[in-house]
Amino acid sequence: EWLLVVWLKIYTENKPHLIISNLVDKLERLALVDFRTKQGLECLEKAIRFADQLHVVDTTGIEPMDSVLEDRALYLREDTAVDGGCAEELLKLSRKTVEEYFVVPPGNIPLPKKEERSSMLKHSEL
Amino acid sequence: MAASRVTANEIFLNIKEISTRYPKALCLFRQISTSRPHYDKQPEPRTKSASQQLVGVVGLEVHAQINSNTKLFSGSPVRFSAPPNSLVSFFDASLPGTLPMLNRRCVEAAVMTGLALNCTINKKSYFDRKHYFYADLPAGYQITQQRKPIAVDGVLTYSYFGGKKRSQMIRKSVQIKQIQLEQDSGKSLHDDDRSQTLIDLNRAGVGLMELVMEPEMKSGEEAAAAVRELQLILQALGTCQGNMSEGQLRVDANVSVHRPGEPLGIRTEVKNINSIRYLARAIDYEIQRQIDAVQSGRAVQNETRAYDSKSGETVPMREKEGLQDYRFMPEPNLPALIVYEDNASLPTGIDPSQAVVVQKIKDRLPELPGVKRDRLVQTYGILPEHSFTLVNEDGLMEYFETLMKTTQREPRKVIGWVTNELLGHLKQRDMSVSQSPISPAHLAELLKLQETGRISSSAAKQVFQEMWRSGGKTACQIVQEQELGLVHDSAQLHSICQKVVDSHPDEVHAVRNGNKKVLNKLIGLVQKETKGRADPVLVKEILQQMTQ
Repeated sequence: EWLLVVWLKIYTENKPHLIISNLVDKLERLALVDFRTKQGLECLEKAIRFADQLHVVDTTGIEPMDSVLEDRALYLREDTAVDGGCAEELLKLSRKTVEEYFVVPPGNIPLPKKEERSSMLKHSEL
Repeated sequence: MAASRVTANEIFLNIKEISTRYPKALCLFRQISTSRPHYDKQPEPRTKSASQQLVGVVGLEVHAQINSNTKLFSGSPVRFSAPPNSLVSFFDASLPGTLPMLNRRCVEAAVMTGLALNCTINKKSYFDRKHYFYADLPAGYQITQQRKPIAVDGVLTYSYFGGKKRSQMIRKSVQIKQIQLEQDSGKSLHDDDRSQTLIDLNRAGVGLMELVMEPEMKSGEEAAAAVRELQLILQALGTCQGNMSEGQLRVDANVSVHRPGEPLGIRTEVKNINSIRYLARAIDYEIQRQIDAVQSGRAVQNETRAYDSKSGETVPMREKEGLQDYRFMPEPNLPALIVYEDNASLPTGIDPSQAVVVQKIKDRLPELPGVKRDRLVQTYGILPEHSFTLVNEDGLMEYFETLMKTTQREPRKVIGWVTNELLGHLKQRDMSVSQSPISPAHLAELLKLQETGRISSSAAKQVFQEMWRSGGKTACQIVQEQELGLVHDSAQLHSICQKVVDSHPDEVHAVRNGNKKVLNKLIGLVQKETKGRADPVLVKEILQQMTQ
């Protein structure tokens, strides 16, 4: 959730917090989370405003820390084969397989349009 | 109407200024500059000079599969053909709880390639996640290097035969923007009949070097030559086997058109190019398609197109997801990748297996194609054009060098046989050097016969053809069988020359009067009599004597 908030911050680039309908639709598609209710949008606004506090800190001339592993050395592995050869085990995890291939739908299933989604939600058990 | 046209032109002229002040608006302006307003039906004023012709702009994105035993972040083997999903580890399948483990060999390969292409190696580079949904990308993201890749700012110099007769060697160079390490995705096999897709993750996680070139090329020919040179370099380094048909080297072309001096046009991305030949054709087709579109007032769409080798055309690709938002973020499971300049800059107590030292790799660099070409010119005194051909064709240089070892003739006399006769025959039949029916030893024998004067040059060519056809007969055998040996017997030649001279008094008269060219006619007649087997030097001498 925190990560989602950070992405929103970066995305909206400090603009006034007017969350446009298209942006909400796009965020819903990317995060696969429906939050189109009044409560949901208010919560989102509050989250953005909360994250804005980051701007209070003066970071001029300071290298951003992008990993908590900053003082760790990146381990380099030798180029010898030690993995693989477990096709059977992996295929067991898949609902549908054909001759040692994973079977998936042809291409990505598009998310239904927002009008259809709201009517779906109405009829759902949630 | 007129007012609107003026406005469009004004925007046109101010684009450069606006684009520097408002970089975000640049894409919008690009759209305006290349698509004419619908109501503008009048043709372009003829006063515009030839420099206002639309030209192509080509930028290449090359994905080179790293030649390593295991994948980039896992210890699964890398192999071209294997039973589906047999080369897949838990990490490759993106099972929860698995973590990436960087392969040292892949880092070395990227550094080596960067050095060979004159890049600056970033001592500290980072890994990022590039998110998108597709079944052959089990994690939902690809680990790549978007922020700071391992190598930047390089140059690739290449040559090709251009000019009117394609005999002029043209040297060009293209800037390499960056080289980054990233993961390959798995393979999808589409089963349209059953409306499903089969996924094989053997390729998922294999290490790739993505090379991004600046859009400095203008045609399919240039792009093909650049890729060919890159292929030779990667193969010489051993960092990538460069086989395009096996997918070890994948090239996507970004193509747009514009008038020189004006902003770049809308670009399309062309994919599904499986060979260097198709690369040139696909790009040339796309440039022409865009030129036609712009000239007829249609807008070029920013889209991805696939090259169809059967029709030679590019077609829009089916899967259009709309503008992707990749949500780049730092890869949280990997600290920065650090490579060291030399042994002196190594931190004390570091395990040598954990240190990649740039200087060591630089010292180990093998002979690059450019250096090879120069060496051939130096050693054998052949022309740069010749050495270019030798290095460009797989196995031809080795053939030539083997031949030079067994023949006494001068390299300059031999090179023509290799680059013209031999290569010509091979190309005609679409054969490789390794398939040549004439070995260097046999060719050396033929050259010896020519040198020692046993056969004439034209006869030598005949013998060559026969050697090719018979596949195995030696030059000596053929010369004997077909009686192609030069006649040196001066008595015999003398009598034939006398015959010709006696039967052509007018020509003899002309030569005596100073018309030397007619002598050639007489020589020709003698050759006809001897079926081309007369020693030309002797014949000329004898005839000259006789016509004094």
